[in-house]
Order: sequence, then structure tokens, then C-alpha cells
Amino acid sequence: MDDLLKLLQLNARETPANLARLLNASETEVAARIAAYEQSGVIRGYQALINKDQLDLDLVHAVIEIKITPEREGGFNRLAERLSKFSEVESLYLMSGTYDLLAFVAGRNLKEVALFVSEKLATCEGIVSTATHFMLKTYKEHGVLMEEREQDERLQVTP
Amino acid sequence: MSDSKSLRNYVAPHLRDIPRSGIRDFFEIVSGRKGIISLGIGEPDFMTPWHIREAAIYSLDRGATTYTSNRGLMSLRKAIARYIEEEFQVAYRPDDEILITVGVSEALDLAIRALVSPGDEVMYHEPCYVSYNPVIRFAHAVPVAVTTRPENGFALTREMLEAQVTPRTRVLILNFPTNPTGAILTQSQREDIARFAVAHDLVVITDEIYSELTYDGAERGTIAACPGMRDRTILLHGFSKGWAMTGFRMGYACAPAELSEAMMKIHQYTMLCAPTLSQEAALEALKTRDDTTHMRQAYEKRRNFIWSSLEEMGLACQRPQGAFYAFPKIDRCGLSSKEFALKLLDEEQVACVPGSAFGECGEGFLRCSYATDLEAIKEAMTRLARMVKRLASP
Repeated sequence: MDDLLKLLQLNARETPANLARLLNASETEVAARIAAYEQSGVIRGYQALINKDQLDLDLVHAVIEIKITPEREGGFNRLAERLSKFSEVESLYLMSGTYDLLAFVAGRNLKEVALFVSEKLATCEGIVSTATHFMLKTYKEHGVLMEEREQDERLQVTP
Repeated sequence: MSDSKSLRNYVAPHLRDIPRSGIRDFFEIVSGRKGIISLGIGEPDFMTPWHIREAAIYSLDRGATTYTSNRGLMSLRKAIARYIEEEFQVAYRPDDEILITVGVSEALDLAIRALVSPGDEVMYHEPCYVSYNPVIRFAHAVPVAVTTRPENGFALTREMLEAQVTPRTRVLILNFPTNPTGAILTQSQREDIARFAVAHDLVVITDEIYSELTYDGAERGTIAACPGMRDRTILLHGFSKGWAMTGFRMGYACAPAELSEAMMKIHQYTMLCAPTLSQEAALEALKTRDDTTHMRQAYEKRRNFIWSSLEEMGLACQRPQGAFYAFPKIDRCGLSSKEFALKLLDEEQVACVPGSAFGECGEGFLRCSYATDLEAIKEAMTRLARMVKRLASP
């Protein structure tokens, strides 16, 4: 991954002027490269990284392991695409190992998630079984620690 | 000793005459102030990588709390020998040519004391790290500072050295990349200095503590690898800067056996051995190059940022090629280094070290460390630019 993408991944709100300074490039060049990444779909969007635990949202998150029967044509893709369309599903991955798909799901409460699993997921043709794990606390997300930042303990001036 | 005023008379005269470090003076002015953004810190802002800290914890777990051999753990000396040979293309025997020390600071003191007699001259380049001059004087030797200038990138040339060498000169200290200028040497500059050292039969002490941190794809090298130099060079290195391990106090000296043995004589009686816990951590640190690479890449972006910002606000600055300091010239603002640094602290709450702390020729400059997170650097540059603008249009 090039340095521009790494910088944007750290801070998508970095101004083109600062990116230019950091990369020893011109502002126009930086803007053009970002536009090209956006157009080609390498950059698919910009989001704020929110510590939801701090917001007292009435939301629960769950991780669901899903076993499915692959289809003769299309393999896992058709069913995975279908599951992706549910707004409750925030992320979905094809996995190796004892299950096939891993879904990250959000709902207003335990009951809502449980209903989604029993009524929408489990009943889908091709789904063999599901195992639901509720998430209790977020410690780190996208490489960012959710706890308070540690203080800089260095002396203010050193040789 | 009843009268406390007279106690000063008991302090050895050669110590009494050494002034306090300019850094310590400035530290006392800064400390205690709230809301300061500090670009005055000469150590990495990164925490020691977790796998290194974890290895240290594990070594405590299994009870590695005894002395090691005076020279240090053999496994660590072997790892250092491999690292130095791969990175610098110069080979040292782990048994009698590598000595593990408490930071490069101890290694420097050992090297100087092992080499000089009272009255011998030791050359070093200025602006430089604050301890070279006093350490030479502790050994009753005579410090000879060679001034480097921004016009040629704060590099050291044979001509500059020839102008100040005398029959009493015994040792030359090099530190590239340099704290505080960020200067490095090219291979041909190194070879020139090597020819000078051979011609005048000098021993060279090369402090390579910042050598992992060079930018713009600069090639790595040491004078120890130049023709005729291995047997007249003491190579000092350590883990503080490249691996962000300042508090572990881990350094080492690579030197031909006879010189190493001389340093070892002092080390075994004054230090016994470097801390075992830190040696275990250092052994883990050498298992991968990923840590230093990752930190170097971050510093390089910050270097780009701080250098562009200084240029944009009209402060001429040699583009730093290594270490993590920018050293802009601030004298056109009509203030001394110290006045400028104090004004910056009072009016904008930004701490930078006055260049004069690094030798007389550092007057007119300011050391800005970029071993600080990018957001703090951005804010500090905004504030510095504001002050420079005010000074330009009173």
C-alpha cells in the first residue's frame, strides 16, 4: 500500500496541503492521486471511527458463524451476496475452518438480533446452522485503541 | 566540612569548571509549565515495541535476574555481530571485540578514558550532542571542537580537520546522523576523513546511535568499514533511538580486541555488567527489522512536514537527512537562540531547545525534534509561524 493510502487510513481528514508536505509532493499531485483512487474504487468511502461504548446507544452487536451448503454454480457467493443486503449485517466474510461465513450484526437489543437470526438467517435456503456470539466491549477497532490515550510520560526537554 | 559554602572547594577542580548543560537550564525553565507542546525531546515518542517489552517481562518470569558476564550475554553479542556485519559490512568477534554497555553514554566514557592521557586532544564536530565536551574533560583531555556549517549540510571535511589537528591529537569523535543537525556523511566524505585519521594516526570513535534513521534512501555506512579503519575505530551503537528503548539503557561498543579489552578493564570495575533484563530485551529487538523500518517511515513523513513548514514560514533549514531533528536558522529574527526559544515558550507555549546548547556555533539556530506525534507537530508549526510573522512585522 502506498504512503498516501497509509496516511489517509490513519487520518482521512488530513488536508491536501498537509498530505503534500508529508509526502514531499505538490498539492495538485496529491489531489489527483486521491481522485484516481476514488474513481477506481480503491477508496470506497470515508468514515469516522466512533467509540460506541461511550454513547450509551441502545445497540447490541453480535458475531455470527454461519455454515452453508455451497451451490453447484456460484459456490458461496450467491448466498453471501443475499445476506449482505440485510441492513442488520455490518460486515460479512468468507472464512476457512469449521464454518463458512462470519457476519457482524447490529440490533437494538438481544431480542431483535435473536429474531433476525432465527427468522431471517436460519430460514434462508442453503444455511445449515448458525452460532451467535454477543459482543460485550470494544477494546480496539481498525488498529485504534478505544481506551483513553496514555499520557506522554517523557520529560519535556531532553538532550 | 561544617560550612556548606566551602564544600565547593572539595569538588575536583576539573569538574567545578565545567558549566551546567544548556539543556538542563532550559529544562528547568520549561518544567512545571502546563499546556506546552514540546519539540524539545531527544527521544522517540514511540513506545518500545510490545514484543520487546513482552520478552523483558518473560525474562523476569523465568528469573533472569542475576549478573551476566562482564561483556554481556554471549547470545546478544552474537546477534549484534550479525547485525553489524549485515548492516555495515564490518565484522567483529563476539568473544573479545564486542562489549555491552549501559547506553552509548557509558561506552563513550569508556572509550575516551581507555584512549587518552591528560593533555591529549580529542577532536569532535559541533554543533553536537551535549556530552562529548564534558566527557573529554572528565578524562583530563582537551576538547577541540570543529565547527560545521549549514552551507555544506553540516558535514565534516578533511580540510576542516587539517586546520585544527596538532601533534597532541589522539582521537576524533564522529556522530552521523548528527544530533542536533540531522546531517549525514556521504561515502566519499567518510573515506576522506578516514584518510585523515590514518595520516595523523588517530583513533576514531564513531557514535552510530541514529544510524537506523536516515531518509531519502540514503545508503548506510560507517567509517569503520573504510580501508585501514577497522583497527583504529571504536564503533558505538545502541537501542535507544532506532528501537525506542531509551529507558532500557542498552548500548554496545565494537572495537579491535586490544581496545575492547582496555574498555572492558574500566567497565568490569565500574559497571560490572549491563542490566540483564535490558540485555534480554535487546536480544528480542534484533530478531526483526520491522520495528526500525516502521518508525523510520513515520519519522521521514514528519521530517518532510516540518521541513516544508519551516521553509514556508521563511526559516532557512538544512534538509535533515537523518536522526529526528530539524535545525533551522533563526538569527534573522534579531534574537539570540535563547531569547528566541524563551519568547516561543512564553508567547506560543512551544518548547524548542536553543541551538547554543549544542556548542557555540549552534548560536542562531533552534533544535526542533520531530519525535512527537504529527498532530502536535502541526500545531507547533502553526504557532511558530505565527511568532515568526509577528517578529517580521513589529
